[in-house]
Amino acid sequence: MNAALSQTPPEAVGTAIELRSVTKVFGTGSAESVTALDEVSLAIRDNEFFTLLGPSGCGKTTLLRLLAGFEQVTRGDILLFGDDVAGLPPHKRPINTVFQHYALFPHMTVAENVAFGLRMLRRDKAEIGRTVESMLTLVKMPDLGERKSSQLSGGQQQRVALARALANHPRVLLLDEPLSALDLKLRQEMRLELKTLQRETGITFIFVTHDQEEALTMSDRIAVLRAGRIQQVGTPDVIYEHPANPFVANFMGETNLLPAVIGAAERDMVRCHLEGGAEILARPVGDNAAGSRITLSLRPERIVLSADSGSGLTGRITDCLYRGTDTSYRVTLENGPELLVYEQNVADRGNGMSVGNSVRVLIAPGAARILAG
Amino acid sequence: MAERHDAADRATWIDRFSSLPSARRSLILLSPAFALIGAFGIAPLGLILVYSFLVPGTYGGVVWEFSFGAYIQFLFERDIFDGTLAFSSSYLQIGARSVILAGLAVVGCLLIGFPTAYFIATRSPGIRNILIFLVTVPFWTNLLVRTFSMMLILRDQGPLNSILMGIGITEQPLSLLYTDFAIGLGLLYSFLPFMVLPIYASLERIDFRLVEAAYDLYANRWRVLQRILIPLSLPGIAGGCFLVFIPSLSSFLAPDLLGGGKHLMIGNLIAQQFGTARNWPFGSAAAMILLSLVLIALMIYARQAARRDQDAV
Repeated sequence: MNAALSQTPPEAVGTAIELRSVTKVFGTGSAESVTALDEVSLAIRDNEFFTLLGPSGCGKTTLLRLLAGFEQVTRGDILLFGDDVAGLPPHKRPINTVFQHYALFPHMTVAENVAFGLRMLRRDKAEIGRTVESMLTLVKMPDLGERKSSQLSGGQQQRVALARALANHPRVLLLDEPLSALDLKLRQEMRLELKTLQRETGITFIFVTHDQEEALTMSDRIAVLRAGRIQQVGTPDVIYEHPANPFVANFMGETNLLPAVIGAAERDMVRCHLEGGAEILARPVGDNAAGSRITLSLRPERIVLSADSGSGLTGRITDCLYRGTDTSYRVTLENGPELLVYEQNVADRGNGMSVGNSVRVLIAPGAARILAG
Repeated sequence: MAERHDAADRATWIDRFSSLPSARRSLILLSPAFALIGAFGIAPLGLILVYSFLVPGTYGGVVWEFSFGAYIQFLFERDIFDGTLAFSSSYLQIGARSVILAGLAVVGCLLIGFPTAYFIATRSPGIRNILIFLVTVPFWTNLLVRTFSMMLILRDQGPLNSILMGIGITEQPLSLLYTDFAIGLGLLYSFLPFMVLPIYASLERIDFRLVEAAYDLYANRWRVLQRILIPLSLPGIAGGCFLVFIPSLSSFLAPDLLGGGKHLMIGNLIAQQFGTARNWPFGSAAAMILLSLVLIALMIYARQAARRDQDAV
């Protein structure tokens, strides 16, 4: 399977799903109508691990339900491999779903659950038997076919739900926060497994989550949603390093959002004046005319603290939290705002870094990102 | 002084009670329930059982003389001239009619009751409660009154015939009243809520995400019903069937009024024997036969339910 897939030329990759100005309004016409999705346009490539990321209520689950066919769009089109799927009921779409709470059929065995879709498609009995067996092996549960689904642990139910969806060889697999009900250790294990499964099967995965870490580690590309609108679409590193706006910057991990005014240009950088007078050099984005108000995003791990005297800004440590691999500091700048700083806990680090101490705060030119607005 | 003495007495009484072995203690605590069941359940049933083996008195009542006569009478007819016994199916026919009509009532109630229960279970919680309340509204009126109103609806000049003739389905009024059809309709109407309520209770507990999962896995509406909704609501369906079948089988009002007393069911037969026919032993025997039919049906169900539970574990 692996070998066969690795021979597929990359340029054969097409578009699996295309959304054209999709709008979904619940309770249309009534006073309490809610716009869950607002003019969402998006193209998801074939064989892609695509993540819809956003806080609860951002419309990501609605988008998934539109793709599965449980809801119909209010306006706009959904194209599945080029064909409009409007009006196509869920059972006629080559799409399967792994539900948030698995939704395994409690009156059936594990094998019956996995076989359900193939039975509904009236596949040959022997073929169903073989597929069920290979699927259970794929999810590492080869000997549990005769168990009732109610006898399984959360992680096992998760695997059965995956096997049940994958058994039908869907062209697109939708995953609705499938890891949210698992404990941390299992969740981290399943992340790797899901990623591997996606690569091995070559099926387009559309993964819904509110967990930015999950999104960063698993996805080929991420779409960040907020209040029914797409904020940014891109690869994990682009989303993290080049957030399009303060919401994305803040949602994708911790960041310091600093209001600033653009000052004079300096080589390929531009001076940004923080409130209080401190200055940071940042790479301009578009035309950053001098005097315009912007927001800077400064990741806590991009700031370096030093107890020695020398160049850089001066600050005072107001809070210090030991976190194992790193230590999180709150530093108030002498002539600027408070900053969140992460320092790796390597040897010799942390000398003279206790609360109340004065430190040098080093911010490399270009470490801060200029965000629109 | 006297009060304190009482309190001390009570304390020793409670102490003595709590020091009894737990089996004895629960026996004492259960005794009121046993007395109630004994006086109002087992004693009357025992009386009927005893009566069924006695000889009828001339003006009702019984003569204390052991006899299988009542049971023999159910199957055989004694020739009034030479006293020989000949097989007679007339009472068996009443029994068969009872089972068939009760069975048809179950089927009818199921066909109407399941969709109704499904409809109610898929509404929003507020509307659900109103609908369930509406289902129970008929119970607020006496069954006799409701059966009489069924007579008015079904009779030759009744609204049903007017409608049928009005839309040109029939020229002459159909004689609907005093037929097996009328009895069946009466049973269906009387006991439909007993089907709707337990099925609703089962359906309401089903996680409807399972239905979505089935649709997602290529099941159409019919398959979802067949593979998900019916299996998961089976306890409610079985309960509803019994709650309709048992009272239908022993129903007395519907055949008496809607069947005009011409189409007897076993309930009418029993009532007659204790009333006009004054044959208490035969009435008792018929009641025992009815009871056995119901018990057999319940046993079959219990065995299947046990097997299903075993599968589920």
